[in-house]
Parts: sequence; C-alpha cells; structure tokens
Amino acid sequence: MAEKLVIIGAGMASGRMLECLFEAAPGSFDITLFGAEPRGNYNRIMLSPVLAGEKTYEQIVTHDADWYASHNVNCRFGETVTKIDRKAKIIVTAKGDTPYDKLVVATGSAPFIIPIVGKDLPGVRAFRDLDDVNAMVEAAGKPNAKAVVIGGGLLGLEAAAALRLHGMEVVVLHLMGHLMERQLDPAAGYLLQKDLEGRGIKVHCKAQTQAILGQSHVEGVLLDDGTVYPADLVVMAVGIRPEVRIANDASLYVERGIVVNDQMVSSDPDILAIGECVEHERICYGLVAPLYDMAKVAAKTLLKQDAAFRPVETATQLKVTGVSLYSAGDFADAEDRQEIVLRDASAGIYKRLVLKENRILGAVLYGETGDGAWFFDMLRKGTDVSEMRDTLIFGQAYQGGSPLDPMAAVAALPDDAEICGCNGVCKSKIVGTINEKGLTSLDDVRAHTKASASCGSCTGLVEQLMKLTLGDSYNPAAVTPMCTCTDLGHDDVRRLIKAKGLKTIPAVMQELEWKTSCGCAKCRPALNYYLVCDWPDEYADDYQSRFINERVHANIQKDGTYSVVPRMWGGVTNAKELRAIADVVDKFNVPMVKVTGGQRIDLLGIEKEDLPAVWADLGQAGFVSGQAYAKGLRTVKTCVGSDWCRFGTQDSTGLGIRIEKFMWGSWTPAKLKLAVSGCPRNCAEATCKDIGVICVDSGFEIHFAGAAGLDIKGTEVLGLVKTEDEALEHIVALTQMYREQGRYLERIYKWAKRVGLDEIRRQIVQDHEKRKAYYERFVFSQKFAQVDPWSERVSGKDKHEFKPMATVEYSQAAE
Amino acid sequence: MNWIEIGELSDIPVRGARCVKTPQGKIAVFRTAENDVFAIEDHCPHKGGPLSQGIVHGRAVTCPLHNWVISLETGKAQGADEGKVRTIPVRNEGGKLSIALESLMLTAAE
Repeated sequence: MAEKLVIIGAGMASGRMLECLFEAAPGSFDITLFGAEPRGNYNRIMLSPVLAGEKTYEQIVTHDADWYASHNVNCRFGETVTKIDRKAKIIVTAKGDTPYDKLVVATGSAPFIIPIVGKDLPGVRAFRDLDDVNAMVEAAGKPNAKAVVIGGGLLGLEAAAALRLHGMEVVVLHLMGHLMERQLDPAAGYLLQKDLEGRGIKVHCKAQTQAILGQSHVEGVLLDDGTVYPADLVVMAVGIRPEVRIANDASLYVERGIVVNDQMVSSDPDILAIGECVEHERICYGLVAPLYDMAKVAAKTLLKQDAAFRPVETATQLKVTGVSLYSAGDFADAEDRQEIVLRDASAGIYKRLVLKENRILGAVLYGETGDGAWFFDMLRKGTDVSEMRDTLIFGQAYQGGSPLDPMAAVAALPDDAEICGCNGVCKSKIVGTINEKGLTSLDDVRAHTKASASCGSCTGLVEQLMKLTLGDSYNPAAVTPMCTCTDLGHDDVRRLIKAKGLKTIPAVMQELEWKTSCGCAKCRPALNYYLVCDWPDEYADDYQSRFINERVHANIQKDGTYSVVPRMWGGVTNAKELRAIADVVDKFNVPMVKVTGGQRIDLLGIEKEDLPAVWADLGQAGFVSGQAYAKGLRTVKTCVGSDWCRFGTQDSTGLGIRIEKFMWGSWTPAKLKLAVSGCPRNCAEATCKDIGVICVDSGFEIHFAGAAGLDIKGTEVLGLVKTEDEALEHIVALTQMYREQGRYLERIYKWAKRVGLDEIRRQIVQDHEKRKAYYERFVFSQKFAQVDPWSERVSGKDKHEFKPMATVEYSQAAE
Repeated sequence: MNWIEIGELSDIPVRGARCVKTPQGKIAVFRTAENDVFAIEDHCPHKGGPLSQGIVHGRAVTCPLHNWVISLETGKAQGADEGKVRTIPVRNEGGKLSIALESLMLTAAE
C-alpha cells in the first residue's frame, strides 16, 4: 500500500509540490489535502490584477477540483485542521482524525493586523485572498467611496492603485520614510510616490496609525499627529506573519517560521514544511520563486531523492499598470560597496546599481526596467563587470559605447590644506581615504581619518569634500544613521520601537534589519535606553549593553580603578555621614577624596574588587548610589534658601531635596543635572543647568536647557508657577518629554533646540492634560527604576562582575 | 602547550568578559553572542584601558576608556586606529575553559 501523505494548506507552494510529485512518481502516495479556503488553488500573486479588473478569478486558477480529482487527491477544502498529534501520527479536524505517514505543513502566512482600536470593525480588510478582493470591489461600488490603505509596500500599493481604478478616493498610509523601503532606495521611492500622486492617490509617509474610527462600520482613520482620513474601506497591508500556530501547538521547532533544514524537513523527521510558513537559515520568504524551489526540494525529499534548498536572490516587480519598477538583490550602502547611479528627471528615469568587488549586488530600476533581467542574471551569476563598468548602467544595448565623463575635479584647495585643526588632517588625506576605503558617510570619514571627530567645527568643510569626492551619491541632508549597524536615525528607531511594539534588543535588530549580528558599542546602549524608557514595566534591562560605569555603578578612571560618589540629597550632609565616609577612606586606603561640582563627595582610586565592600559600609550609614555615572538624574544643587539666607525667598534646599528624592534612579538620554536657587542671586547656579529653579517671592521660575560643559549656554525660561507642587509637576513632565524624545547622549539643550522651545512650553505649560500625562508616565516608570543599585550588589547581584574568573599562580604558569 | 583551567563557559556572561589574573598581568576572557571564547591581554594598545570592561559586539570589544574597537580574533585595533594587543590561546572543552600560558612564559623570558 502506498504511504499516506497528508498536506495542510492548498496554496501555491503545495500545488507546485504536488505537480513535482506527480511528474516524478505518480501514485507513490495516498494523498489527502486540507485547505482552509473553500476553493482550489489559485495564483495569489495575481489577485492585484483581479482587484483592478484586469483579470478574472477563473484566469488565475492554477489547480481546480478536476485537476486534483484526476490525480486522485482527496481534497478536504474548507475544513480547518485543529491539531497535529505527532505521537499517534494523525491530524485532527472537526470531522475526525486522519492518519499520516508523512505530513507536509504549507499553511502559508497570515496578514499582520495592527493591534489598534477599531481593527475589527466591518469595512476593515486585509488583502490576502479572494474574499478580501470581493469585499473591496463591493465597497468600491458605492458612489464617492473613500479608501485608506495602511501599508505602502508591494501589496498595499497594488491595492491602492486598483481601488483608484475603481474610482475610489484613496489614501496610502506608510509608516516608513518612503514607499516600499524593503525594495526601493529613497530616490526610487520618491519617484514612485510622485507617480502615484499623479494618479490621484494621496501618499502619507511616516504615518503612524493610532485608531480606526467608526461605530458599526469603519468611518475613518486617526493618525497620532491628529490627522483624520475619512474612509468607507480600510485595507491593512502592513505585512505578513508565517502561519505557525498549528506547528507551535504540535511543539515543532518554530522561530519566526517553522524551522526546516535544507531538505525542508522540520524538527520531526516525518513532517516537512514549505512555503511562507517556513524559516530556513533564519530567513522567511514571501516571494514566489524561493517557494517554488522549496516545493521542488520537498517533492524530492518525499521521494527519498537527494535535494537541497539554497537561499536565492529574488527580484520584485510592482504590478501596477503604467508603473515600471524593478528591484533585485541587496542595495544597502556599505563600506565595501560602490554604486552607479543614472538619473534623468525629465524622463522620470532612475537606475542604481550596487557593486562589490566588481560584481552586481543589487539593482533598482525605475521608469525603464527593460534591463532588469540582464542585471539580475549577472547578479545571480556573480559576473565580473569590470570590463563594461563605465557603460554598465546604460544597459545591455550600450555595451561597447563610449565611457562616462570623468568626475569633475575636486575644488581649488591645495592638497596640503589643513581641514581638521584638532587632529591635524589635511585635504589629501581625507579625499584619499574616501577613495581608498570607499567611504560614504561622515561617520566613516570620522572613523578613518579622525577629521571632524573631535570638536566638529570643521564638519561643514569635510562634508563639502565628501560631496566633491563622491558626487551625487553623498547626500548630507539625509538622516544620520544611529551607527554603521543601521541606516535608520535615532528618531526613526524610537518611532518604530513604539509603532511595532518592539520590546527586546534582538527584536529591534531583527525587525529593523540591523546589518550586524549584535550591534556595536554605539547602538546597543542607545537601544537599551529606548527600551527601558518606552516599556518600563516589561523590558528587562540588558546588562551587557550598558557602558561599564552603568554596569558596576561607579566611574571608571584612567588607571582602571573606580570612583564612588554617594548621594547627598540636595548637597546636605551631617556628622554621621561624614564619619562613615572618613571610615571608608581609612579602611580602604582611598587615595583621593574630592568635593564635586554637584555638592557631594567623590572617593577616587577604589579597586573594582573592593566596590561591594565600600558600598556595604556606606550603606550602613544610609548612603545610596549617587548615580554619578548614569545617563540619568545626577544631582540637584541647592543654596541654603529661606531657612538661613537673609535674601532667600523660598525653601530652596527643601525643594531641591524633594525633587531629588522624587526623580532619583530615572534614566534619561544623557546626564541630567538640576539646581534650585533661593533667590535671583542664584548661588546654586541654576541658570546653566539642564533644569533649574529660581525662587522668587511670587513663586518658582522654572528654567531649562542650560549648559556649562563643552558648550556654555544660559537657560531658557519655561514658566513661572506658584507652588512647590506645581514646580515639581512641571519639572517632572519636562523630564519625561525629554526622556521620550531625546536621542541617546543628546543633552536637554540640544534636544530643546531641535524640538523648539515654544513647542516644549506649549506641551508642558499650556497643555495641562499633556503635562499630567507626561507626569503620570514618569511616576509609573519610577516604580521600576527606584532601586538602589549599590544595596542590590551588596546583597550579591552581579557577583561575577567584581571577582576575577581565576588567578593563575607562578607555580602553575611555570609548570 | 601548558593548558591551565580557568573555569567554565557559564562563568562568563554572554556578550561579556571576565578577568584572569596571571603573573604576567591580567588576561580578559570573552564570550560572544555565538558562545565563541577568546582571550586577549586586558590592556588596550591605546592607553592601557581594561578591555574586559568594554562592550562586546560581534567578535570585537570596545575599550571603555576611549572607544577603540579591538578584534578579539586578531587583537588588532579596528577602523582607523592602529595597534595590537596579544591574543592568548583558549580552549573550550564541553564548557570547561583553559588558556595556554606557555606563550606568555616565552614572551616573558624573551
């Protein structure tokens, strides 16, 4: 008797696998096929032309009931598989059990539905199957109907164009900065947007959807910036997720998709998986070519023949009539890559090739895509293009033509002109290094030449040199990436962490497509801060992504010893505390004791191994960490105020202590130093602090955005409030706004300059609800932040950090 | 080779490092995200910063003092910085870690 083969999922991958099976060895299996949709197999890729009315459903059917019947496939369409029982080797549906010898899971993917209010309202559709298409066509039939498409990727744009053809008013909302960011670079994305807008489709990029509005049916879409788009139909096309629920329930090895080996076999040797539900070498595929490859391999594996699935390069074309667009391969910038760009704005043509070691790595073509296949062929074969490099971009027909004009000469400065005074770097060194190492970003130039890496005042000059050297490919207006691990800037990353609900560093790196496996010393601490700030109750701090000072809660010094600064609330201390400090100094032979600028005492030169013991003694006297090392609240400097001073107008010391006790432990983008002065004579120097208070007779003048470090800058006035309670609420709300918007390591004065003082005053002073909301969020996050790190470590946390792993003695080493 | 046991893989945090004290100075033993183990001198070629205290990323560590990035495989400074720190042979046998100090002794005797 033939072996029993059961297949879950009647989509394109399983259809192709059956074709291969029947071609190679008809009748070798007794086949049962389950499909959730109540119909046979059709070419899902062609749903867009069906929606556009350019094709009919009948034209896109690939396997109908007759085809399955003629190959003796027992079809069970519309019947949902509820369970795989791997022990008994049966699958379970509402109608009973079906035994299998071999099982193929081809459950495909499910559309990702953004978890927002209103997502379940009638009129909200995904774009995945024929039912969705039928519902959309019906909605388009009403007069003056409006559609909002969420998602400016391949699928969303095809839906938008098709709905527009039906006469609907269409708005496309896209979370990222440009359309189809997975396939297109920003320039091509821009051309596409212009093209679509020319067809009457409104495109809104960087649009963060907050809610879908409506009572009994969808009525509109609300964005987080307050924009509302009316809608009779909302199409969610933001992406797909591998459909792995049944595999998960069966305890198969599942990561993002069902994990398979090169033979498409899952963690159970009798269960194979193919299609969009699969993860192979950590990649999930959504395009048809690799899925067909998987189908072929799976058929061979079932027939006990040798075959191996290998990851493949894929090419994409947008199926919108009248738009020519082609993209293939990898076109991200990188140090070791070069690019060739051709633009013809009047003809609407843009072509970009990315090369590495004279081989094509990626291609983006817009407006004229005839050479796409030619480029793609060379890309896959790894053809050496050095011979035709000068004319490559013009396409196949131009090979053998005349080469491009050489680059314009670099501007008139002599080669030995000094550009960067701090590091003594001259022009020829910068230009030479850019060329030699293929540098493309300011960060690269800083790393390799040190030019503009210190004070930064020559940055403009360096950028001009880069433009001269690199031409069009250098675009300084573009967002500066966080670091070389990503192309995204800090603001985009922060926005996407919230929008996509990313709650771990690996999730951020996976979803935002980090270019390195585990980041670098620049991005990891930043991501850790953003996650701590955005998900205070859910995110588990990543210890290994913190700078050493924040790991050991002391400040590293040039000789590798540490300094210890206990908190002295508002700069006030007493005899007991001072005695305890003196005892510690004696007991541990502390070489240096110094009063800091923030009104407390610094113990310098402490060996790392002694830290817990030092903290234990300080803790006995009631000291907690002063967090003098933290990107967080440092000190609140005070003067003696109305209790003692003959000029004091308010209890500045008391308010300072109150603020410090309220805010200690909070993490901020950069260090945060506060001060409270009891009168405008300002002895606490509050007007050059991150946040300062000047007490006056009528109340409290709140200041912010001062600086007294690399830059010197007096504060700006936030506003005047009457009571201490109000002062605290304003300061806390301001801090929270900065916490939520600041870029990592960006001091408050730089943030304020970027956001605008008026905007900050509007949100913190004038908008009472906003201020209260910021305040509440700060208070909530403090619940998780106000834990003294010193006492934690005295009681044994992170013990390994303070002891050597081993000590090798002379005798051992000499053996 | 004179292999000396220094402890277990699990003694070192993932993407972290621990120190081993030896007569010739401290050695930093690193564990990467992929559980590869490397040992280098705990002394940045730039200004002697303790590399064991840096942030570990990929197969490199960033020095905590001035952000030099040192390759754990070669001990060489990355990017535009130039310098090299000594690498020490390290062995991972089923989670038990040993370093080879012979090379150290030879260097010391030179």
